[in-house]
Amino acid sequence: MTDTDGLRIALRLARDGFALQVDVVLPATGITAVFGASGSGKTSLLRCVAGLERASNGLISLGKVPWQDASRSIFVPPWERDLAYVFQEASLFEHLNVQDNIAFGLKRVKKPRASAALSQAVELLGIGHLMQREVGSLSGGERQRVAIARALATQPRLLLLDEPLSALDLARRQEILPWLEKMRDELRVPMLYVTHSADELARLADHLVVLERGALKACGAAQDVLARVQSPVIVGEDAGVLLRGTVVQRDALWHLAKIEFPGGFLWVRDSGTALGQQVRLRVLARDVSIATNEAQGTSVQNHLPGQIEAIVEDTHPSQALVRVRCGASVFLARITQRAVSLLRLSEGAVVWVQVKSVALIG
Amino acid sequence: MNFPLNQEVWDAVCLTLELAASVTVILLALATPLAWWLSQTRSPWRVPVAALATLPLVLPPSVLGFYLLVAMGPHGPLGQLTQALGWGVLSFTFTGLLIGSVIFSLPFALQPIQNAFEAMGTRPMEVAFTLRATPMDAFFTVALPLARPGLLTASILTFSHTVGEFGVVLMLGGNIPGKTRVVSTQIYGQVEAMQYTQAHWLAGGMLLFSFATLLALFMVRKRTGQVPP
Repeated sequence: MTDTDGLRIALRLARDGFALQVDVVLPATGITAVFGASGSGKTSLLRCVAGLERASNGLISLGKVPWQDASRSIFVPPWERDLAYVFQEASLFEHLNVQDNIAFGLKRVKKPRASAALSQAVELLGIGHLMQREVGSLSGGERQRVAIARALATQPRLLLLDEPLSALDLARRQEILPWLEKMRDELRVPMLYVTHSADELARLADHLVVLERGALKACGAAQDVLARVQSPVIVGEDAGVLLRGTVVQRDALWHLAKIEFPGGFLWVRDSGTALGQQVRLRVLARDVSIATNEAQGTSVQNHLPGQIEAIVEDTHPSQALVRVRCGASVFLARITQRAVSLLRLSEGAVVWVQVKSVALIG
Repeated sequence: MNFPLNQEVWDAVCLTLELAASVTVILLALATPLAWWLSQTRSPWRVPVAALATLPLVLPPSVLGFYLLVAMGPHGPLGQLTQALGWGVLSFTFTGLLIGSVIFSLPFALQPIQNAFEAMGTRPMEVAFTLRATPMDAFFTVALPLARPGLLTASILTFSHTVGEFGVVLMLGGNIPGKTRVVSTQIYGQVEAMQYTQAHWLAGGMLLFSFATLLALFMVRKRTGQVPP
């Protein structure tokens, strides 16, 4: 990835109580999650990229195409930017049926392969049976799938999604997440995905941009950002790392699946995932403990040898956050300062990581 | 009993319908862009323009009629202009009546359309922009269709308000049979001439018409109210 391929976003935008100020180059591949608490400027950032809001002194470009360059007085209006936007709540046109909603953007982009793009989007989101329906008769989940298909059908160079699942209940979210994963895995279109949900982030994100009150707190590959110990990025209830692995074995007797990842393997609860399937694992710092030698007679079944890379103070003075490298992967462990002292843990020490619980996500 | 629909009454009914239909068409074309501008703009002119456009709602029709009469008269600014253009003086003509009615009914067309545009919010237009629609394109393919209930309400209100107007018509039109005499002034004339039976028929007709109009209006509102936002 070079500078010219990526999405460059440099802008300042004054908001009530804070100023959104970022200067990043994001890769134009995969899903980049924009993460932060509500009011951190995530949506404003997305609206500036789309051209729905105009930051003074902004510089926004995708590859070699400038969308905004205040120094050269360039501001491309949203309807001339080769992007698509999925809004937070279903934003279908109420006066059109599903078919006409999806065709709305498609008719206007004037790109080749329009009908192929339409059928691909419809098939990808599984909405073929809804095409003749009126928008008012759709469920919340169906509406958002139609909205995503409508965006995809324009074959955008960049897809912006502003918390597309936040207006839906848990069951509807679980209904849509697999479609989003499918999009990430099967399409080439880069996505900027605004969310404050740990689950969505862990399942979907390849890259991660973390905003805090308008300022950029972290930016990089999702795995790297989440494994930071200096000012750790707390996603959801706790800090934790993201691992990617493959299902290599399934134990029918104990209902466990063996997941191999760069640096070892973990046994996790078998949720019916097929052999050879790529999966993501989320391991929270509080579920990881450290031993100086391989423990015997413990109920914790997942042990991995590793080397301590860093020990930092945690938020409470009794706690420490330890980063341990196991091969090509790292784990975060939250332990007490007393344990650090009693076990004489230090950077470079060889230890055993015990993983009590793993969340298998997608 | 006299058959109520003699030539004179028939002329008045036809003229009334022609006037009301013309006013409705003209006002839809004028009020829609004005309503859009009022619903979107942040200009400091927004409030004064909105107040000016609502003025006919509170102004006595005779006051409005009086000013228009003076303006359109041979020595008024509008009269001077129309004479210079070779159109003659518009007061006491159908065109004059039309101009007066358009101004008089403007708030009734403007309010429902503006409300519809405002209730729509900015989101549908933003969605259209991100789907490559230019503002003009989005206005015709998204904003107007979504404001359809408002446009329908505006049409019904404008039409019926024009049918029911009296003061402006009397001031500007002068109650000339076949030219500027509409149903409301016809009834007035009949009562003046003690023709109570004919006045009854015509007044009853107006009552039925007005009731039917409001019934239609409420049915439209009820139906559109069921569409989820």
